Amino acid sequence: MSEFVKRVDLIFGEYSDQKYKTLEKIVSRPNDDIIKDILDSGLRGRGGAGFPTAMKWKFAMEQPGDEKYVICNADEGEPGTFKDREILTQVPRKVFAGMAICGKVIGAKKGYIYLRGEYHYLLPGLLKEIDVYNTFAKELGIDFAIEIRMGSGAYICGEESALFESMEGKRGEPRNKPPYPTVSGYLNKPTVINNVETFVNVLMICRIGPVKYKKLGTRDSRGSKVFSVSGDTPIAGIYELELGMPLEKFVEEFGDGDTKAVQVGGASGFCVPRKKFKDTIIGFEGVPTGGSMMIFNSSRSMYNVLHNYLDFFEEESCGQCTPCRVGCQQLRKGIEAIKSGDKPVTYLDQLIKLSETMKITAKCGLGQSVANSFSSIVTNFKEEMIY
Amino acid sequence: MPANNNLIKELVNKYGRDRTSLMPILQGVVEQNNFISDMDMTEIAKELDLSAAQVFGTATFYSFLDTIPRGRFVIRVCKTIICDMHGKKMILQTLENLLKIKVGETTQDKKFTLLETNCLGWCHKGPSMLINHDVYSELTAETVHEIIAEYMHK
Repeated sequence: MSEFVKRVDLIFGEYSDQKYKTLEKIVSRPNDDIIKDILDSGLRGRGGAGFPTAMKWKFAMEQPGDEKYVICNADEGEPGTFKDREILTQVPRKVFAGMAICGKVIGAKKGYIYLRGEYHYLLPGLLKEIDVYNTFAKELGIDFAIEIRMGSGAYICGEESALFESMEGKRGEPRNKPPYPTVSGYLNKPTVINNVETFVNVLMICRIGPVKYKKLGTRDSRGSKVFSVSGDTPIAGIYELELGMPLEKFVEEFGDGDTKAVQVGGASGFCVPRKKFKDTIIGFEGVPTGGSMMIFNSSRSMYNVLHNYLDFFEEESCGQCTPCRVGCQQLRKGIEAIKSGDKPVTYLDQLIKLSETMKITAKCGLGQSVANSFSSIVTNFKEEMIY
Repeated sequence: MPANNNLIKELVNKYGRDRTSLMPILQGVVEQNNFISDMDMTEIAKELDLSAAQVFGTATFYSFLDTIPRGRFVIRVCKTIICDMHGKKMILQTLENLLKIKVGETTQDKKFTLLETNCLGWCHKGPSMLINHDVYSELTAETVHEIIAEYMHK
């Protein structure tokens, strides 16, 4: 690998049979110390949004009451993302340990993993590992038990408040925010909900210390990230890399020599065309990503790519708010009409305006982020939308 | 169709009567019967002290909670971009020819239902599909033939 694309072996590395040794050490540490370590490490959430993890935990810790929850978001539905599946397959104990640390810090006794229905085949293995964890926790006097809840094929349930609704037996419709989950989450109790990978990062910070962890990545994007690489690449798969690398170097490493565009962050992320590879940094200072990197070469029609995304959003929109429910449909119909010649080219500007309106008026991240891929594809590949 | 009262009672005893048990109960019914009937929903509502509309609302929201009869083996082919680029259409055609049904239909012997679904999380090994809970990836026309032949005998 080149000097810019640095392989790391933090998440998947060092998985000993000596179970939960870091957790055993950490249960006696003061909560404020743990929070401070996570804060110093600069860790930001690995699900895509990148909220500082230490702050989230601190908010939940400061909430009164002893009924609090820790939830591990394993509803990995973003197109092009499959790293959480790999983490849960390879190193599940690291995830549970991260959750247990969170439980200790915020004062929760119960943790849930919300696993997407598509990953049901992982369930038997995970249940066995959870049994091991729960027994171990009891022996160690850790008052924090873990359970699994299954999703049933709804992308929107990866949105944290929709996930709570789903766990509460309701339709997966996002709630208004505020209140945020740390104040009122699952069953309206203070809840920390983090991505699978975030919990593993916390454990690793506790294990190697924030100073060593901080050496990875850049100022705005500390640590490593598990990337899901797919599309037109000879080496599709899962790679743990340092954050903050230029997209150009990434493409040199993973592309097939004819890369036209990279969709960073899945269908709800940004499409970066070849001419911008050089100036684009993968990380919170550039284009953030939950790990999804979809590579397209010159043989691909970006119209088809966008159409596929819009079909996806149209189906997965929960239908609760008008901007998203109607907006997704109209964007899809709009590009079809331009392609067929029923609408003039200038109609594209109107569609971009519509997507911008969705960005400011949709209730949750789904509707708000349709504009990301829509305007980045339409503005960079205008000819392909028309001809 | 009468409700599966025994199954529902069993599930309610296992998961409890709280609304938080609704998803596991609905999932349990689909697991056993491949779909949830209207009568099932009414019965679940009674057991959980909810309105039938609340149960219906939840059940119909989720794409894996089928509310119309499905075959014993539900095939869900991933149609999201990367699988689509890597030959999803051909896979779907192969399945349609083999099973002699179109997407959305169930074979007459009620053995197979063919559906499309959104990203399965196997983009690096697309095209991919689920048959009930099992994943099949890096599909070709040949492997699809083999897989279906295997299921024909189940």
